Amino acid sequence: MADLRNNFVGIKSPNPFWLASAPPTDKAYNVERAFKAGWGGVVWKTLGEEGPPVVNVNGPRYGAIWGADRRLLGLNNIELITDRDLYTNLREMKQVKMNWPDRALIASIMVPCEEESWKAILPLVEETGADGIELNFGCPHGMSERGMGAAVGQVPEYIEMVVRWCKQYTRMPVITKLTPNITDIRKPARAAKAGGTDAVSLINTINSIVSVDLDSFAPNPTVGGKGTHGGYCGPAVKPIALNMVAEIARDPETYGLPISGIGGVTTWRDAAEFLVLGAGNVQVCTAAMTYGFKIVQEMITGLSDWMDAKGHRSLDDICGRAVPNVTDWQYLNLNYIAKAHIDQDACIKCGRCHIACEDTSHQAITQFVDGVRHFEVMEDECVGCNLCVNVCPVENCITMVGLEPGTLDQRTGKTVDPNYANWTTHPNNPMARQAAE
Amino acid sequence: MGTTQSGIHRGRLTPAEYETNFSDLHPRLDDHEALVAADRCYFCHDAPCMTACPTSIDIPLFIRQISTGNPIGSAKTIFDQNILGGMCARVCPTETLCEQACVRNTAEHRPVEIGRLQRYATDVAISENQHFYERAARTGKAIAVVGAGPAGLACAHRLAMAGHDVVIFEAREKAGGLNEYGIATYKAVDDFAQREVDYVLAIGGIEVKNGLKLGRDFTLADLTANFDAVFLGMGLSGVNALGAEGENLPGVYDAVDFIAELRQATDKATVPVGRRVVVIGGGMTAIDAAVQTKLLGAEEVTICYRRGKEHMNASPFEQDLAASKGVMIRHWLQPKRVIARDGQVAGIEMEYTEIQDGRLVGTGETGVLTADQIFKAIGQTFEAAGLGALALSGNRIAIDSEGRTSVANVWAGGDCVKAGEDLTVTSVAQGRDAADSINRMLAAGAQPAAAVA
Repeated sequence: MADLRNNFVGIKSPNPFWLASAPPTDKAYNVERAFKAGWGGVVWKTLGEEGPPVVNVNGPRYGAIWGADRRLLGLNNIELITDRDLYTNLREMKQVKMNWPDRALIASIMVPCEEESWKAILPLVEETGADGIELNFGCPHGMSERGMGAAVGQVPEYIEMVVRWCKQYTRMPVITKLTPNITDIRKPARAAKAGGTDAVSLINTINSIVSVDLDSFAPNPTVGGKGTHGGYCGPAVKPIALNMVAEIARDPETYGLPISGIGGVTTWRDAAEFLVLGAGNVQVCTAAMTYGFKIVQEMITGLSDWMDAKGHRSLDDICGRAVPNVTDWQYLNLNYIAKAHIDQDACIKCGRCHIACEDTSHQAITQFVDGVRHFEVMEDECVGCNLCVNVCPVENCITMVGLEPGTLDQRTGKTVDPNYANWTTHPNNPMARQAAE
Repeated sequence: MGTTQSGIHRGRLTPAEYETNFSDLHPRLDDHEALVAADRCYFCHDAPCMTACPTSIDIPLFIRQISTGNPIGSAKTIFDQNILGGMCARVCPTETLCEQACVRNTAEHRPVEIGRLQRYATDVAISENQHFYERAARTGKAIAVVGAGPAGLACAHRLAMAGHDVVIFEAREKAGGLNEYGIATYKAVDDFAQREVDYVLAIGGIEVKNGLKLGRDFTLADLTANFDAVFLGMGLSGVNALGAEGENLPGVYDAVDFIAELRQATDKATVPVGRRVVVIGGGMTAIDAAVQTKLLGAEEVTICYRRGKEHMNASPFEQDLAASKGVMIRHWLQPKRVIARDGQVAGIEMEYTEIQDGRLVGTGETGVLTADQIFKAIGQTFEAAGLGALALSGNRIAIDSEGRTSVANVWAGGDCVKAGEDLTVTSVAQGRDAADSINRMLAAGAQPAAAVA
């Protein structure tokens, strides 16, 4: 059995699956249920300052997009941070941590961008026995209008400043949660590191209007005839999150900075992808909100079984393994040539590969051969773009097959060059570096 | 209730049992079911289902329209090709047409439920009284259509769209043809055939004259003399004989008549049925008759077919349906002699058959099946009457690829021609295509005529 125990910046948990700071971690009742279901840790829903708590809308808070069979692909929410009294939360956190000493309990915090505010709340949190804190610099709606959440996360200088205060006023590990609503994720990550953060977590939700009600002409969720942008999450955001995690993991300035991966983790496979791209663990929200806490069992067994099958014994064996393989486009090997291949036994003859290629790509797939419906790749036209693979409804029916060096590429009439050559030295590149004489 | 009384009796079941037995075989999908079913469609390119449909309905498009919450647009996609798409959704042997071709069969042996999705969309449109077609400006051309069945209705609708005036001559009391008289009751409940006729005729410009039969009340020559074009779509009115001794005894019925009588009966308890029923035949009519005698309360129903299971015209789906209702299907048996007692049918002597040198022959071995009611369902025949010198082919009307007969300005389609399968959907396609051919002829004729006027 693979060892799934997780040690993230000194915070230990029996597995790398934490629940993200969000509605599922709003109070002891939910968190107790989550721990019973097997979650390794939770990041308690964001605490605000002492005093009257924020209020939430009393109409709908969520909107969604769906795939076939109404499978939820993306969720959008306009809920704010906890709307419960600070001391109620602190009391419950302390009790839950006592009940579940082996699980990770992290406090998410969002208070005004003033030193006194942070200085005031940190000792209160520390007193609960929480394992660490997560700085919520990410929420894109509501709180950002009040100078918090994403309003901080979008200004690297503020991030660095707040992180520095936190490191100054608490011994707890500091995880800085980043907003994706920026142009270059490396800048806030570098700022967090400069401030002394122990880790970053990402991504928070993405600014979005998830859909529009075509009868009322208002965005969803519609509250009294109006809507607002909310935070987008769920399976649809995973690709964006993966890229941002990888960008930080491979940035020389933040290389080695621990990352808690967040964004659309729904299955063990999603989690493994975050881990190999450099995340030390993952946080989950939408999948739990869609299916309930039990899904962690699929994640735990799936990750463990995959690791067993591949001979990976611990999380250290897999974390970051894909990072060296993430590069810039300009370094991709232009001498690597692949062609699509259709497995005729698996083909169900839907024709989608043909029409996708014919209408929108390179006219490289037949529809008829000798008058019979037959889909086959014409290698003299195929540029190896992979579109047919992606539109085919049958898994592994179409695959990309790399041409062996020395064989003929029928499209170009040239033999496949065994040597690596990229754009930086390509003759068509006006910026190409000249080889030394 | 005398459920097991021998002889042919009505009222074998309780009212509740009749109600259950003759309710909709496959009720319309609800909105949620339709969305789930529609989500399975792959939106294939040049889709095999579409190619398999005799009326070439754009199936991927209509299913995508359902999946995007547009059943009305979906219905129009269907009606554009097949104005009787509602009935076809109910009676088409989809398992041998579109659904057999569905690529999901290759993928996982379970096709998209195309027939039921088509019914969903067409039912929504018809129930909301959504009409999609208007007549073009009147052309002043008059066209006679013989027979208000699927072929005639499809032809008339297309002609009316083009602005022609259409008169349909129908021998029976109601329009609809086999949709009204020849379909098992549970396939088209709630008077759907008549509602569909009304829906088709709502376009206007179509007059239906009932009770007028070709060969009895008028001739083809009468029509050609008085109309610019004629479409013949009167179907098959004859029934093949058993060729067995005693087939005229009381208790021997035509399955076609029985099916029609049952369809027309508002109270199914008034339709008498035997205790032990034998149906001779292997097609859809045999299945429809057998299943419905069982549903009327017959205790024992046996279909006897003279060849093997694989030769039956009834689709595997229909055969399974019959089996699920408790009908026994026996093969390699042909009728030899109807046995009477007290002037009533008491049984039938059947002879085993086999194929020798490629020909079906009796083996000489016989057996007797006890029966108080026997149905003939061994095929229908075309009865030529009032057609003059119209050329036939294989005992039906000969047509060319456009539906033109040997007589100028006369077209034909549906079961009375020898082309394609004897299916509702095939008839619709032939009627529609004949109308297009008639339109082309009239348009071509109109222009030079106007030019020299």
